[in-house]
Amino acid sequence: MIRELTYREAIASAIGDELEADPRTVFFGEDVGAAGGAFKSTVGLLERFGGERVRDTPISEQAIVGAAIGAAIAGLRPIAEIMFADFVGVCFDQIVNQLAKYRYMTAGQVRLPVTLRMANGAGAGFGAQHSQAAENWLINVPGLYLATPATAEDTYRILRTAVQCDDPVVVFEHKNLFGLKGTIDSTAPVLPVGKADVVRSGEHVTVVATQQMRHRAVEAAEELAAEGIHIEVIDPRWLTPFDDAAVVASLQKTSRLLVVQEGPAPGGWAGALVARLCAHHFELFDAPPRLLTSPFTPVPYSGVLEDAWLPSAPDVADCCRELLKY
Amino acid sequence: MTAVYEAQARCEDIWETLLDSMLRIRYFENEVKALFGSGLVRGSTHLCQGQEATVVGACSRLRPGDMMASTYRGHGAVLATGASPTAAFAEILGRDPGLCGGKGGSMHFTDLTHGAIGSNAIVGAHLPIAVGAAFGAQHLKSGAVSLAFTGDGSTNIGAFHEALNLAGIWKLPVVIVIENNHYGEYSPLAATTPISALVDRAKSYGIRGEVVDGNDVLAVRNVVGEAFDRARDGNGPTLIEADTYRFEGHSRSDPGKYRPPGELESWLARDPIERFADLLKEREIAGTEIVEAHRQQVGAEIAAALQAAKAAPEPQPERLYEDVIG
Ligand SMILES: Cc1ncc(C[n+]2csc(CCOP(=O)(O)OP(=O)(O)O)c2C)c(N)n1
Ligand SMILES: [Mg+2]
Repeated sequence: MIRELTYREAIASAIGDELEADPRTVFFGEDVGAAGGAFKSTVGLLERFGGERVRDTPISEQAIVGAAIGAAIAGLRPIAEIMFADFVGVCFDQIVNQLAKYRYMTAGQVRLPVTLRMANGAGAGFGAQHSQAAENWLINVPGLYLATPATAEDTYRILRTAVQCDDPVVVFEHKNLFGLKGTIDSTAPVLPVGKADVVRSGEHVTVVATQQMRHRAVEAAEELAAEGIHIEVIDPRWLTPFDDAAVVASLQKTSRLLVVQEGPAPGGWAGALVARLCAHHFELFDAPPRLLTSPFTPVPYSGVLEDAWLPSAPDVADCCRELLKY
Repeated sequence: MTAVYEAQARCEDIWETLLDSMLRIRYFENEVKALFGSGLVRGSTHLCQGQEATVVGACSRLRPGDMMASTYRGHGAVLATGASPTAAFAEILGRDPGLCGGKGGSMHFTDLTHGAIGSNAIVGAHLPIAVGAAFGAQHLKSGAVSLAFTGDGSTNIGAFHEALNLAGIWKLPVVIVIENNHYGEYSPLAATTPISALVDRAKSYGIRGEVVDGNDVLAVRNVVGEAFDRARDGNGPTLIEADTYRFEGHSRSDPGKYRPPGELESWLARDPIERFADLLKEREIAGTEIVEAHRQQVGAEIAAALQAAKAAPEPQPERLYEDVIG
């Protein structure tokens, strides 16, 4: 079935289609059922599937993640929601020491088909404790797949891939993108884990960006095209595993790299990508690779400050122009 | 006590299983002590000697399909499910045929074939998981119960409270047994915990609480049997406080100097194995000679298991990369 849906509706649609497809799938989290989700991204699921399969939980993030792990051990395929990605802080142990390591520590006796979803990112004025792009907190944890969908289409397909995956997947849903519209094809084949999307092709600069930053990169691409500069925008879609090959293929054309990351640079996927490419593909570069990230500060509340915190489309364009000076 | 459990307390049909199981744990850990002394155990190891009746009595109620989660002090709990002592020794020695292929170690004994879903080294973290396993069982209407052991000290960690609350609100078939050995590492319970009856914590989660002499294997078997029946009948969880004592230090590096003089001796006089042997004699179920024959036989079994484990191969280096994800 093909439908026009928003990013937000694509979430409910993917969860609904998975609940429909497999009776072992259950969905739970805080206010996800009766209220339809804090972001209204799970509206209608309780009515459609009933309280056995769509459950409101207490405000207990450790118990939510732990319950998903235990339920998976017992034979279910749980989808659990952490309302804001920032709340990973209160269930970090369950994600990092339990969910991610269970299969390894038991030498494969246990596999955990758990999907963990959470609303991610800045730009909506939620302040320092409700705006973080939390993916980098989990980037150096083996045992988790990390997905960062940027469009309604990708959100739908990635969520379905996640639920069908036999290992844990953390899906970061960007709260500043919930209103984006897209065309959802519920019969499209399952998207493989770890496959990047070349969003726009070009031969001058390779720009790698996720979620909100991907859209800003596309905006910059339009601005630059008017100047005769054609950038290639790559959305990795998954941070673990990372599609290095897609970036390498692009660099072979452009020889210039800009990585745009929402969030501070230290310990992030963007810096790690640059380090890997420099180590293994140094010969491809005609210019030093650039990182464009948020400053090393918490996310501020004021609109003026938050705008300054987030890399903008003009920032992306400026970085590309500078790269082309080499 | 209900009539049926009084009848079972007579134990004519089960005493050999209970006795052998307690002896197996005791002798297994004697060897672990010796292995540690000769430098063959990496890291640390936490012995449960003195607490055997609690795990054996409780696990004697497990049926196929039930699930049991334990702590890093989990040798006894996992052996009590029927796990192989050879595989357990091999795990401690880091060998390939170990319970977890040598990837877990002493603190992470897991044997899914016997329902031992994991031993956890993060205090309290297994409780949300055990509760989740109970949710899985409830959802699948499998009739299974989830059993978890946990320490007295763990009743002060958030995961304990989140887990109990979720178990209470969802009326899950989970039985949590607090192994109250009166110390959390080197701190006596009274120094960390403002109440002395840990079972009182059940009340605030709408959960039934029971107290039992944790060094009386039949008493534990009875109280857990009743709790399992309630759980299987849909009558929700039980928190059981089992009063017991560890004969050894917290871990192998701990000589236990913080114990007041005479305390250990008073508990040694209540050794759960000797008490059970006395009971068997008193009730004319088995005399000293018969019990002695069991000691010999289990002793020989453990010696052979250790022998076999020592002869087992080390893991191949490639195993490092297996069972991470994918
Ligand atoms: C979250 C966490 N904090 C601290 C520790 C270190 N630690 C290991 S065991 C232990 C004591 C736990 O006491 P209790 O729950 O009574 O269990 P027992 O060891 O007595 O069986 C502590 C503090 C840990 N492993 N995990
Ligand atoms: Mg203790």
